[in-house]
Amino acid sequence: MRPFDYVRPATIGEAIAALNAVPDARALAGGTNLVDLMKYEVARPSRVVDINRLPLHDIEETAEGGVKIGALVSNADLAWHPLIETRYPLLSSALLAGASPQLRNAATTGGNLLQRTRCHYFYDTATACNKREPGSGCGAIGGVNRNLAILGASDACIATHPSDMCVALRALDARVHVEGPDGARIIAFADFHRLPEETPQFDNTMRHGELITHIELPATRLDTHYSYLKLRDRLSYAFALVSVAAALTLEDDRITDVRVALGGVAHKPWRNEALEAEMVGQMPDAAVFSRFATALLHDAKGQGQNDFKIDLARRTVIRTLTQAAAATPQPQTRKSIL
Amino acid sequence: MTQVQFTLNGHSTSADIPPWVTLLDFLRERVHLTGTKKGCDHGQCGACTVLIDGKRFNSCLILAVSRDGAEITTVEGLADGPILHPVQQAFLDHDAFQCGYCTPGQICSAIGLLNEGRAESREDIREYMSGNLCRCGAYTHIADAVEAVLEASK
Repeated sequence: MRPFDYVRPATIGEAIAALNAVPDARALAGGTNLVDLMKYEVARPSRVVDINRLPLHDIEETAEGGVKIGALVSNADLAWHPLIETRYPLLSSALLAGASPQLRNAATTGGNLLQRTRCHYFYDTATACNKREPGSGCGAIGGVNRNLAILGASDACIATHPSDMCVALRALDARVHVEGPDGARIIAFADFHRLPEETPQFDNTMRHGELITHIELPATRLDTHYSYLKLRDRLSYAFALVSVAAALTLEDDRITDVRVALGGVAHKPWRNEALEAEMVGQMPDAAVFSRFATALLHDAKGQGQNDFKIDLARRTVIRTLTQAAAATPQPQTRKSIL
Repeated sequence: MTQVQFTLNGHSTSADIPPWVTLLDFLRERVHLTGTKKGCDHGQCGACTVLIDGKRFNSCLILAVSRDGAEITTVEGLADGPILHPVQQAFLDHDAFQCGYCTPGQICSAIGLLNEGRAESREDIREYMSGNLCRCGAYTHIADAVEAVLEASK
């Protein structure tokens, strides 16, 4: 790890000022990704702004019936918070599918959104990677790409966003509250992460000097018919090959609302609201789910080693929707798929 | 240099350290508590697991300065004199190790698991111990040991 200047501000304003004063300053929360990247010298900040003392550790109800989560709430505390377990069990389930208990104790809500891809080439400074070193090329295209993107990739980058939590947040239409030198703003989750296009060095639409302060979840009725199903190369503690967050509401056996977000397949959690809308009014049956899944993966493109993920994703969507419709969510401690 | 103060295994400890020293390196190299092991040094193996304010963490991914003021327990701080912690005793009783390198992390992780109070079954134990790898493959006996302590505490 390279030496750096360390500051520990007490207020959000001080933290923003400390970040803005140095162009390559980075905020440190749980550190589970940043410290690791600093050890590999993929991240080489000259200043680390330790934001752990900022007052962003609370989970509170909003006046609109939703929940507002402080950016520094740990993944474990969030997963097991009574408000989240009862109102947003999809989010609890996705959180518990991710990482290990030790990492979930350290990793934060805001940090989870900002974690970098786990593409091998991004981590290996001896290889080409447009995300790490813009213009250097992409070692993963034509290389080791079993884990990488099948949707929304570009000729410059086929990285995936590795989060489980963000897949659920995308399905739940979360809002990201950020604060920076120009004030506070709210970013819809769909607009937070971006596709790589020709500038894969930018994972998201935050600006330098901005901090995530809260994640807001709107009120929903997605607490009964939901499931998070994650498929990976080992049964626990691995990144997703494909994961699916599905949730729906039913009235008189007809779908009234349905959300399906995919993880492990793109540079951001993948969702297609127009295709979801076509399921509204239909019966929640295999034919409907199958038609949806086929359309959702229609434009998917494999990179060789990950070609299998296209059919895997299609089948995982159908299975997860089936679990959700039956109100039999996949338990994360059970290793057989329901 | 930044000054840090910890309650380390019940004793107040302070030191001046550079901010890039991880908690793991602080424990092993500065205060010579070498029970906590460095395995992968990247948060993937769990050998460095310690308890901070009763919760389990990978000490390799924590900058020591960021935990200034915390109460830290390592494997050296578990026993009460000659009386082993119940999890330590269970690891002996169930032959829950071979080479022993991952054992301090496994034991601290198991105590964290018990403190969390979420594991109810052997299946739960296997999942909630998944952050600790054992290259000797002693998983069956490790699960036996943790299960025995969990059952005894019910």
